[in-house]
Amino acid sequence: MINLLIRRIFYAVPIAFGVSVVCFSLVYLAPGDPLQTILPSDASAETIALVKAAYGFDQPLPIQFLKWLGRVMLGDFGQSIATRRPVSLEVMGALHNTATLALFAVPIAFSTGFSMGAIAGCFPGSWLDRLLTGTAVIGVSLPNYWFGIVLVILFAVEAMVLPATGMGANGSDGFSIFRWADARFMVLPVITLSMVPIGIIARSTRAAVSEVMGQDFVSTLRAKGLSEPAIIRHVLKNALPQVLAVMGLQFGYLMGGSILVETVFTWPGSGFLLSKAIINRDVPVLQGTILMLALIFVATNLLVDLAQSLIDPRIRRT
Amino acid sequence: MPNTMTLPTSMIEPAAPKQRGYWGSVGNRLRYDPVTVFFGLVVLAIILAAVFAPLLAPFDPYKESIIGRLKPLGWKGHWLGTDELGRDILSRLIHGGRVSLLMGVVPVAIATLVGGTLGVVGGFGGRKVNTAIMRTMDVFYAFPSVLLAVAISGAMGGGATNGMIALSMVFTPAMCRVAETATAQVKNLDFVEAARATGAGTLTILRYHILGNVLGPVFIYASSLVSVGILLASGLSFLGLGVKPPTADWGLMLSTLRQSIYVNPVVCALPGAAILITSVSFNLLSDGIRSAMDVRM
Repeated sequence: MINLLIRRIFYAVPIAFGVSVVCFSLVYLAPGDPLQTILPSDASAETIALVKAAYGFDQPLPIQFLKWLGRVMLGDFGQSIATRRPVSLEVMGALHNTATLALFAVPIAFSTGFSMGAIAGCFPGSWLDRLLTGTAVIGVSLPNYWFGIVLVILFAVEAMVLPATGMGANGSDGFSIFRWADARFMVLPVITLSMVPIGIIARSTRAAVSEVMGQDFVSTLRAKGLSEPAIIRHVLKNALPQVLAVMGLQFGYLMGGSILVETVFTWPGSGFLLSKAIINRDVPVLQGTILMLALIFVATNLLVDLAQSLIDPRIRRT
Repeated sequence: MPNTMTLPTSMIEPAAPKQRGYWGSVGNRLRYDPVTVFFGLVVLAIILAAVFAPLLAPFDPYKESIIGRLKPLGWKGHWLGTDELGRDILSRLIHGGRVSLLMGVVPVAIATLVGGTLGVVGGFGGRKVNTAIMRTMDVFYAFPSVLLAVAISGAMGGGATNGMIALSMVFTPAMCRVAETATAQVKNLDFVEAARATGAGTLTILRYHILGNVLGPVFIYASSLVSVGILLASGLSFLGLGVKPPTADWGLMLSTLRQSIYVNPVVCALPGAAILITSVSFNLLSDGIRSAMDVRM
């Protein structure tokens, strides 16, 4: 088991390195001089020279990259052009707000999606299966930013029972999930965020369950007279590792992919920070946020990988 | 048995006209699948509406009207109402399908070509080639797709072309994985070995034995990506990273109409409904084709 752990971590390190290379090159994708994208437009000649030397822009690219990587490892992502605050502070605050949403969206999406898929997979071809699979297709195809707007129209504009956008009167710092006055701002974003993962997880669970249902050991269980609920328990247990992989991906998407939903609800999370950074052409923030989110994604996949081999001894051997 | 030798061919092979090839049976299975047929027709209608937009649209999609702003459904012949500048929503939706479909489909096509080629090369080539290609793809796989698309097109400064480049880069790794897996599976099968033994060159084997078995999964996967492509492309436009105003585009329309939900909520929800209908139709069509072709992913 320790061996496996070490091997998986060794596998994740080059990927994390590659991810940082991609994030580093983002500055160079931007049209024009990278200095112009990093500095405010009204920077004086001295500042430019200073930053140029400090950031090492007069040096060859590989050295620039290593210097940048060194700073990033120490938690220095540079300074935001828009707010002049350290990028690391901005990103950490935003990640906290995104994680607050994910804290609720993840259990909702995982339990609903898994139950839907499991029920559909256990009764393939039934009307229940057709209803659930149909709902799942809509979930997968849903433009969630639009769904968010529809929810706002229904519950904030028409019924006026829930707030439309933002985090409430106490703002990001005073926000508490235990106070309804604050927590009610989370209801619509959490529902919106859960929709697509519910669809995706339901579809993969159904596929996994119906695949296991067709295996020989299920017929054996049935032939030796095991009750139907007990058979379903066996089937779900065998389908779980496959579903877990999809859930891991979805967790990563909920942490990083919520940019559209957070923009709709002006929820000050990592996605909203990104979309602000794009509007302001704030490349250091763009770079820092994406690097952090991608690293979280890599770490999640690593954890899922390990969890999978803990549950399923068949994977451990390979 | 001399008797059988003299039998007319029509008697030896009575089942001949009923024998369909692989594609014949696929088509037959599709014909008895009403859901797929229906959504196939919806997709066809959406594509035709986009192609013939100038002929179909009842109004000029760019004609503004100061007195006719944000009017409800059916106002003065504007079946779906008007937007915040008094432009006809129906005409803009029909025209908007052009950009939205293009931005969703072109990246999938590019990714299929590039990723498919890389995958076949990686799967068929030696170990070093495979490692080089697949580990590079793994890096791009380590980004959530929305994030990567936003990052690349955002860093490049937005715009429809940059958006399509970004989406192509998002889809290529996934496409490459599908092609690589399929190639690696076929490569070691007996019939490839047999072909090599009879003296077939690498190119011949690739062309006749590998591609024939890889194109199926690749095509199916590409068809399932179209819906994702349209969703992501509209998402980019929604964030202001797609086409620039006043061009009609579903994502952009949704983004600007969003400001008016307090005035005319129904009209504001229409562009998103167009995205949803298109994406659902492509998804169900792709599902139907997959089960008809019986490809397991």
